[in-house]
Amino acid sequence: NTPDPLITEVQDWAAGLGDGVDATPYGLPIDYESDVVRRNVEWLTADTISSINFTPIHALDGTITPQGCAFERHHSGAIDLPKDDYRLMINGLVDTPLVFTYADLERFPRENHVYFCECAANTGMEWAGAQLNGAQFTHGMIHNMEYTGVPLRTLLNEAGLSGDMSGKWVFVEGADASSNGRSIPMEKALDDVLVAFKANGEALRKEHGYPVRLVVPGWEGNMWVKWLRRIEVMDGPVESREETSKYTDTLEDGTSRKWTWVMDAKSVITSPSPQSPIAHGHGPLVITGLAWSGHGAITRVDVSKDGGITWETARLAKPGEKMALTRFYLDTDWSGEEMLLQSRAIDETGYVQPTKAQLREVRGLNSIYHNNCIQTWHVKPNGEAENVEVS
Amino acid sequence: EKYGLGRPALPEEIAAWDHDVSPDGTGLPPGSGSVEDGEVLFSDNCAVCHGEFAEGVDNWPELAGGFDTLDDDDPVKTVGSYWPYLSTAWDYVHRSMPFGNAQSLSDDDVYAIVAYILYSNDLVDEDFVLSNENFLEVEMPNADGFIIDDRETTEYVNWRAEPCMTGCKDSVEITMRATVLDVTPDVEGDEEAAMEPAEEPVVVAAVIDEALAAEGEAVFKKCKSCHQVGDGAKNKTGPHLNGVMGRAIGGVEGFKYSKVMGEAGGVWDDATLAAFLAKPREAMKGTKMSFAGLRSDEEIAAVTEYLKTFTE
Repeated sequence: NTPDPLITEVQDWAAGLGDGVDATPYGLPIDYESDVVRRNVEWLTADTISSINFTPIHALDGTITPQGCAFERHHSGAIDLPKDDYRLMINGLVDTPLVFTYADLERFPRENHVYFCECAANTGMEWAGAQLNGAQFTHGMIHNMEYTGVPLRTLLNEAGLSGDMSGKWVFVEGADASSNGRSIPMEKALDDVLVAFKANGEALRKEHGYPVRLVVPGWEGNMWVKWLRRIEVMDGPVESREETSKYTDTLEDGTSRKWTWVMDAKSVITSPSPQSPIAHGHGPLVITGLAWSGHGAITRVDVSKDGGITWETARLAKPGEKMALTRFYLDTDWSGEEMLLQSRAIDETGYVQPTKAQLREVRGLNSIYHNNCIQTWHVKPNGEAENVEVS
Repeated sequence: EKYGLGRPALPEEIAAWDHDVSPDGTGLPPGSGSVEDGEVLFSDNCAVCHGEFAEGVDNWPELAGGFDTLDDDDPVKTVGSYWPYLSTAWDYVHRSMPFGNAQSLSDDDVYAIVAYILYSNDLVDEDFVLSNENFLEVEMPNADGFIIDDRETTEYVNWRAEPCMTGCKDSVEITMRATVLDVTPDVEGDEEAAMEPAEEPVVVAAVIDEALAAEGEAVFKKCKSCHQVGDGAKNKTGPHLNGVMGRAIGGVEGFKYSKVMGEAGGVWDDATLAAFLAKPREAMKGTKMSFAGLRSDEEIAAVTEYLKTFTE
């Protein structure tokens, strides 16, 4: 055995000096991690201004997604909107239409919540079969942050809701050129929707809607309007472009579902996976992944190594939280055998994540959105993994 | 409990921001526009992405056709074949289009463009005029094509059961592989590979024909949704055009050119630009620029002169 020179020889970092404080007043990841970045798939959209990229979930652990690598979805680009120029209007069926400044928002009692935000199209490319080779690309339209903000209910009360609000809606709209607007039933608006201005403790990043975005727990990401500028209380839904021509799910007979807001229970193994192959030899192996449900907390995750013939229950890093990512681990032993890795999430309603076949039986192949199928990675004897589909 | 925060919104402020239009026509302003006017407006404002006949360019949405395809393997979802409400088209064009120049159209322009989209879908005749008066009379073919989320009864009831743990199937076969398709981007990130400017930029004559440049500014409106010029100009859908005259073709650092543009070599001058702007996709086969081309030599000369006023 040769002694390890990294131990026996004095290394530069052990003899010389490192950076002083303030070398990077707001830090970035160290160079060695420079491959852990959002990535897009150029052929998916016409232009990056109106496009999507993907969180590098294959390289992250824990549950909180750093803002700097949390997936982006813009319809007219990420705009530059200074805090001082920010205005939020509440109008429509309220006692007094109001305008708030950013400073006003900071004076309301605020709350902290961790929630996942998943694009309805996440995993949408898998409807037709195994396509993109990596968890980042198949499942990376998701992030999970701790939000600080004011309940929408508080702001609506400030403007005054009189009379019977059952059956009423709010229309929420962004300040960017796409003026992305979505209709939300009043029941949800008064429940857990948050008008957020901080994420993971820091100001929202520009690409996540600085200075203020909407947080709609458990519901599809398109409703989490960024650069939120207007909330209108209305008698009915607007049926905007984003809730008719998009974000509706076409079934096999050509009929389309609308108002499919909730993101159903789902999970994916983030490592090993195509971008995160097994790089070590035989012996202990940590299989890990993420699970989430828009209906509440994750209660259990099962993992299969043989493509779904047998399952074992994984360990949750901590008990599942409502509408937030849950990290699971299967601490196992690998002796170089091929594996067909799958994970299956179960939420507090007892819902079990379906297979691709189950989903296709109900929805056909063209619904684009809400694909929460069980994903399969084929791990080979050399440790490499590939996105495959199995019988 | 109230906190006494915020201030009342003024009627002018609400009017400035509250533009949404509902299926029953609530929110529609008075106005009208014809198919005939819409065709011209569409060509000027929309065709660069959506095609002269609303057929869609590259990955940009097609707005016309696709009837009876919704139950096909590859449904074509257009305003005609898919959208359940006409209000959605009016609302979206009015609030969010054209891409890169939103809210620049007058109400009458929007009526005209929506009328033209209906015409391109064979839903109205060529002499049709759309207005707030007849708006609700237009029948959308897929109006009855939607159902409200029924997952509770079609999925959840069936999928809330204790799952199988052992012997769940007899055998497992791999039926499809992502590597066979090979559509995954190269994770090494070499798509940004340096594209060396081919030649040193030539010095551009400094004398500007101001009148011609002013005409060019008007022509440039057709380019503005994708290209920026002037102070702070940035790369958008297209590269910024400050100093484009004399610049190496495909020479803006950080802009992702098409392969053909990146490898073209040479420099933008009167001759190369004129050839390109007349018929972009013929002059440079494979260019990402989906613009059909300028109509006349006069327009090309004017816009070229205008671009010369913006130096790097």
